[in-house]
Amino acid sequence: MSLLTVENLHTRYVSRGRTVTAVDGVSLTVAGGETVGLVGESGCGKSTLGKTILRLVDPAEGSIRIAGEEIATLRQAALAPFRRRMQMVFQDPYGSLNPRQTVATLLETPLKVHGIGGRAERRAQVLDMLARVGLPGDAAERYPHEFSGGQRQRIGIARALVLKPQLVICDEPVSALDLSIQAQILNLLVGLKRDLGLSYLFISHDLSVVRYFADRVMVMYLGRIVESADHVTLWRNPQHPYSRALLSAVPVADPTRARAPMTMRGELGSAPTTGCRFRSRCPVAIDRCSVEDPVLRDVGAQHRVACHRPG
Amino acid sequence: MTYPLLRVEDLTIGFPYGTVVHGVSFDVHPGETMALVGESGCGKSITAFALMRLLPPGARIQGGHVIFDGVDLAAAAPHALRDIRGRSLSLILQEPMTSLNPVLPIGMQIAEVMRRHEGIGKAAARRRSVELLELVGVTDADRRYDDFPHHFSGGMRQRVMIAMAVACKPRLLIADEPTTALDVTIQAQVLELLDDLRRQLGMAVLLITHDLGVVAQWADRVTVMYAGRVVEQAPVRPFFATPQHPYARGLLDASVGHDGEAHYTTRRLNEIPGSIASAAGEAGCPFAPRCPDRIAACRRAPPVLTALGPDHNVACIVAAGTDHVAVDR
Repeated sequence: MSLLTVENLHTRYVSRGRTVTAVDGVSLTVAGGETVGLVGESGCGKSTLGKTILRLVDPAEGSIRIAGEEIATLRQAALAPFRRRMQMVFQDPYGSLNPRQTVATLLETPLKVHGIGGRAERRAQVLDMLARVGLPGDAAERYPHEFSGGQRQRIGIARALVLKPQLVICDEPVSALDLSIQAQILNLLVGLKRDLGLSYLFISHDLSVVRYFADRVMVMYLGRIVESADHVTLWRNPQHPYSRALLSAVPVADPTRARAPMTMRGELGSAPTTGCRFRSRCPVAIDRCSVEDPVLRDVGAQHRVACHRPG
Repeated sequence: MTYPLLRVEDLTIGFPYGTVVHGVSFDVHPGETMALVGESGCGKSITAFALMRLLPPGARIQGGHVIFDGVDLAAAAPHALRDIRGRSLSLILQEPMTSLNPVLPIGMQIAEVMRRHEGIGKAAARRRSVELLELVGVTDADRRYDDFPHHFSGGMRQRVMIAMAVACKPRLLIADEPTTALDVTIQAQVLELLDDLRRQLGMAVLLITHDLGVVAQWADRVTVMYAGRVVEQAPVRPFFATPQHPYARGLLDASVGHDGEAHYTTRRLNEIPGSIASAAGEAGCPFAPRCPDRIAACRRAPPVLTALGPDHNVACIVAAGTDHVAVDR
């Protein structure tokens, strides 16, 4: 049984009387010890999907199961035991830490909220977690502004892990960091996964990072998963025209490699009401695409694509 | 060899609390794309603002020259600068939302540049602005002339900014992280547009970025900055094939995109330990505290930029083989 199973999940926002479907029928699984990458451009719904899985945003319909137990319909009060098992690391290490709390307070609060341990035991857990994320012990009595961006992200990771969760949803955890610091944080996340047996749902717009970090990758476009495959297959043999455009758009740090021509035009807009939602930007769209909405189907082992003209 | 279009010589920029750019020198030749690369806090953006003489309050050019087309912009009078800025020297910024005036139609903002610099009439300026919007790929340009910035997406706003910047056919366009706020597919479109315009208009581009992939794919030459200093400059091919400065090497090794096949299950990423703040208050090479190659002499004085070959310079006494010189001095 998968650690996380999401089926046909929908999330809707109402804005000025209009309903926007940010997540539109997404299904996915994350197995124990697995890292699933979720890639897509801004506005595709990937962050909303992460927040919905954690029930920070309420789903409109669909199922979210943690180790088989349904949480999509639970009331907030009943969610506490599940919140311990799933935590989140945010993009912005500046905005997601309370500047008036010391690092020790920031890390101890989740333990207190969940009624874990006595004062001394909590203190020991906080110090242990600081050491695991590579921060010095004296960091506990300092405030977030005394740390660099990379160190602040270490604090954010420590806070997410102090409850010993099984699943960590990382929403663009290295996007705000400089290149030399990104490598430090990615190595840390890899080490923590190994030591603590974590599973990650890793949300990112950065394909290079996802390629390095994920076991399986899902590509999201306007609220839908349009392709999913293991990391090797997706890069060697992308089938959806959007995946191909996304991959070819990444500039390679090798000047001897020719630039791939950008075949996709236009920008992420609102979804057409009929047919495939990518068709207005698609270089290979045919008449069928404007009539029939493609569903995800198998094109290989563990490889699924939602397109009438894959390959 | 062509005389450079822009020669920055020993440029030093400071705030009341201290110097942030220390004697930076580089050239930009006519028609080329020169990338200025570095991580946040390295001084690349403030260098760009200094070239335009648009420094934030408190910042001051403390020394050096910015020779553009034979004029030293670092010493030029304000009225002379006004004639150059937006005409032969233009700037686009990372965030197109905050650099456009939100209460003016975008067409009018483009037209204003030409009316100011070329003294053309309203109707002619409108016609030229519509042409420019078409040039940068805004469809239905005649109608969109009267739209406001908030009617446009991020990528489209950046196109409008570019239209404004190239309105008077500048000889040099300074682009400060022009695609950092954009999605990767839109980034590719905007960089393609900039490169087309560079060729069509024969302008040079000074491309300021932190993205080594962008440098490799779009630039002719590269200047790497670290902690307010130039550490290496070279044409892109030799730079990516054999980077000489330990910082440049470290950056390439640390980047996940460099080794295309790398996966966490098979390879740990190379880290550059510490952060840019590690060098605060040190006398010697600013990279020494994080450097795997450092020797005792590195802590004495900041290394000078030394020629390794034609057009390839490095500021590292170990890479340049001048460590004995430093010891003698």
